[in-house]
Amino acid sequence: MSVLVDANTRLLVQGITGKSGSFHASACKEYGTQVVAGVTPARGGEKFEKTVPIFDTVSEAVAATKANASMIFVPPEFAADAILEAADAGIQLIVAITEGIPVMDMMRVRHALSEHSCVLIGPNCPGIITPGACKIGIMPGYIHRPGNVGVVSRSGTLTYEAVWQITSQGLGQSTCIGVGGDPIHGLTLQKAVEYLHADPDTKAIVMIGEIGGSEEEEAAEYIQSRVKKPVISFVAGATAPPGKRMGHAGAIISGGQGTAQAKIEALKKAGVHVAETLGDIGQEVVKALGK
Amino acid sequence: MNIHEYQARDLLAAAGVPVPRGAVARSPEEAESIARSLPCNSFVVKAQVHAGGRGKGHFQDGYKSGVHLVKTPHQVRDVASHMIGNTLITHQTGPEGKPVHAVLVGESTDIARELYLAIVLDRSSGCPVIVASQQGGVEIEAVAEKSPEAILREVIHPGLGLQPYQARKVSIFLGFPSTGLRAPCRLLHAAYRLFIEKDCSQVEINPLAVTKGGDVVALDAKLGFDDNALFRHKEIQELQDPSQEDPRDLAAAEHHLNYIGLDGNIGCMVNGAGLAMATLDLIQAAGGKPANFLDVGGGASEEMITAAFRLLQGDPAVKAILVNIFGGILKCDILAQGMVAACRTAPPRVPIIVRLQGTNVEAGRKILKESGLPLLPAEGLMEAADKAVAAAAGKKGK
Repeated sequence: MSVLVDANTRLLVQGITGKSGSFHASACKEYGTQVVAGVTPARGGEKFEKTVPIFDTVSEAVAATKANASMIFVPPEFAADAILEAADAGIQLIVAITEGIPVMDMMRVRHALSEHSCVLIGPNCPGIITPGACKIGIMPGYIHRPGNVGVVSRSGTLTYEAVWQITSQGLGQSTCIGVGGDPIHGLTLQKAVEYLHADPDTKAIVMIGEIGGSEEEEAAEYIQSRVKKPVISFVAGATAPPGKRMGHAGAIISGGQGTAQAKIEALKKAGVHVAETLGDIGQEVVKALGK
Repeated sequence: MNIHEYQARDLLAAAGVPVPRGAVARSPEEAESIARSLPCNSFVVKAQVHAGGRGKGHFQDGYKSGVHLVKTPHQVRDVASHMIGNTLITHQTGPEGKPVHAVLVGESTDIARELYLAIVLDRSSGCPVIVASQQGGVEIEAVAEKSPEAILREVIHPGLGLQPYQARKVSIFLGFPSTGLRAPCRLLHAAYRLFIEKDCSQVEINPLAVTKGGDVVALDAKLGFDDNALFRHKEIQELQDPSQEDPRDLAAAEHHLNYIGLDGNIGCMVNGAGLAMATLDLIQAAGGKPANFLDVGGGASEEMITAAFRLLQGDPAVKAILVNIFGGILKCDILAQGMVAACRTAPPRVPIIVRLQGTNVEAGRKILKESGLPLLPAEGLMEAADKAVAAAAGKKGK
């Protein structure tokens, strides 16, 4: 078992002919993901790496290849349109890697998607991986190992750090999800925790948050009332100055809201094991699992 | 991105939000002639800087306050001559202050009531929200803390936009009589249109004044813009004023580096925003203070790493540099080669601590070791932070 993606996932890549799109489509394919189609308008009929058919539209690609997941590398100006196109074509899992999409565009997309049953991960995220089965995103595959720890995070490199520490402790991951660093995005930390909690193969959950917004607090509330599995957490930005955007568009303390201290407090209150510093995540997982 | 008050005022006026009469002046003479053209007998002169708290601020030479109320065009000229070319220090500028190159000269308004109005993005609902209060002229956070019931938050459907009934609801909450809703409703629609059309991150009008004559005007306003949307707003990009920015930030922007200047002495170079933030936390946990936030991104090129190094080395406050890289797509050996190349073109001025982890880490460490450069390796995260703090304090790391 796993969450959202497994060996049967059929992936299409929107923006497969671009520099990042082609590089990461290749890397996902190499990892073992079934990359069944690519979409780039006006490039329909061509083939990617001589094997993957390219279509002009997502609906043509879905009709011809039964793709059920999409990975989006379309440039920010056109990314909102690409997400809507995927949803309209019936894609069930949309993973938007693109960084720099205007907030207003994501605001409209999020509302439009409320009428669809699909799940959007991202944008501005590393993607999702079920080790050994399916990788959709830009994470380095080899640091992962199949196992029982579910990971969800707002940051790319912090996910890699956590995953690496878990792997170095001789453990592995069930599914790792990067929800993205933008203020308005699809899948929330709480929803990801819900998925991991419902997955019988996930024995512990690692949740990595950062300053800005209130998703950590919302997840903490859910964890306190529903989650029986051990949850380990780390929140980045405890020393970030207020009013400054720390790299991610969503990582900002404004009007005293969204501080790491408030998040850590809420998580501790919910019974979450909070790692004091970044280097302690792996050991906290081992401790929580009682191994 | 931030802009000046006079620019925000012009944008609001163009969108149909009433503002007091006035104009921007870049010389005392211009300030006087603007005052002469205004049909009033009392004037406001406001120093234009990207910071709040101007009224309570002071200038570098001791001249008091960045906001003056005077009676004659001649006095306007005198005040402007003190402000223009001077540096204003407020609680938001830091001790170095911000240079004043222009002043806003306007008619002074007879105020009956000061209100608060803002349109911002509500992250949890993913919608724009109007924030309104009858307690204007003060910081909204203070109102929120003392009397949260005095604030109305009206969530707007992003597909439908601001509805007339919502504008009426907000206006009534702001204390307008039911027979006098037309002007505030028109103002609300105009401000909302501006928020959407210009991809604003915030439109804050504080105070929104009701004059003794019964007019509604935006006395002061702060506009913020979504950096991600600037590509479709050339007219907003042109409003940028480099004189108001940290010179280190400007140099970083030139090389597409994600950089924020801070006030410590340990320079940082990290890949990924989350890891960069966590690195700042580590440095402070080790008892040090970071000089900056710097995310070189997942796919940093050798050229970017060189530029980043030059930026950190060129900052006189920096006493040690901590490089913290998790090699994923960016492989450690490639990064090490880039660092060695950068050190050859600009020899290190301060100790450099390097913590590499991830793809091809052994090859990367080997390259650094064999380069003969004075780079201090670290494997653990806390170990790296400890070494950087010790080096910045002038001590030899263990």
